[in-house]
Amino acid sequence: MIRKRPSPMITRGSILMDNSGQMDNSGQMDALGPMTKTGPTAEHNATQAHAPHPKDYHAAKMGMWLFLFTEILLFGGLFLLYASYRMRFPQAFHAGGQTLDVFIGGLNTVVLITSSLTVAMSITALRRGEIIRCLWLLSFTVACAGAFMINKTIEWAAKFHHGLIPGSEHMAALPHGQSVFYGLYFAMTGLHGIHVVIGASLLVWVMLLIKRGKVTAADFVLLENAGLYWHIVDIVWIFLFPLFYLIS
Amino acid sequence: MTTSTGMTDKHGAHEAQHGPLSYRLLLGIWLGLMALTATTITATRIDLGFLNVVAAMGIASAKAGLVIFFFMHLKYENRLIKGMALTAFVILAIAIGLTFVDVGYRY
Repeated sequence: MIRKRPSPMITRGSILMDNSGQMDNSGQMDALGPMTKTGPTAEHNATQAHAPHPKDYHAAKMGMWLFLFTEILLFGGLFLLYASYRMRFPQAFHAGGQTLDVFIGGLNTVVLITSSLTVAMSITALRRGEIIRCLWLLSFTVACAGAFMINKTIEWAAKFHHGLIPGSEHMAALPHGQSVFYGLYFAMTGLHGIHVVIGASLLVWVMLLIKRGKVTAADFVLLENAGLYWHIVDIVWIFLFPLFYLIS
Repeated sequence: MTTSTGMTDKHGAHEAQHGPLSYRLLLGIWLGLMALTATTITATRIDLGFLNVVAAMGIASAKAGLVIFFFMHLKYENRLIKGMALTAFVILAIAIGLTFVDVGYRY
């Protein structure tokens, strides 16, 4: 196909597709010149018509899973720190946990789990071609992310109000166990919060691509991968919540 | 070009085996997650000593399992991705387990 001279009968779309993929066709460039100007739309049509899965679906997903394993190990390291310091300072961790608000923590758990549900549902909606429903579900997810971050801000602000500011002299002057507890609390919920913001931004980006018709019922792996990221954010919180709010 | 298109079609057909998960199944999983969240919050009010930690971590793991297998549809993935996920979690378990042995007997 690469070597074959495009015959005059060949459709505009398929010529452009070959042209975009193979540099060997440069000899034909003059002939294609005027058509290349209408490139993007024609190429888009051709992609849709000839290849329902233009990307390697499995490779894309496997790549995402590999990346998620590194995320798991990143948080895993912090969980290890938590576990060993908790064994060293059981009383301080108990006292520290008592100062965290189980209601806000529980509310955030419900918010994140529900947002995971709506992401999973949005993939079903997209694959069934229900674009509007898909976009609403994703908007709801992003709103949940916002609600989570607002709760988090209220929580952190309350701690700051009591002088518990990361890196402050007050925190360093606390007994060892307590400063370690709050240090881990800020580090782990902070890193998790950054992930919430990144995950929500990814979902907004995918929403825009869905609106523009770049992510479709046939080519949905980008939404699926953004969803996978969002679920990992949820899973990390599923462990953070009991460790800091419940069993301390 | 022709062959690669053919392969992609085959892939597409393979994917179609596992169509989108139904809204009903997803809602069921969500209800399960909510119930487990309520259970774990209630369980902390009963003082079981060290068992509180075991219960909380067990429930959290069950919740993570539900999210991984259904929301992230690992249950419907091929063996390669399943094996990769298993390897990653086993490595994490070894790392945490060995550290516990170290920390637990050192002090």
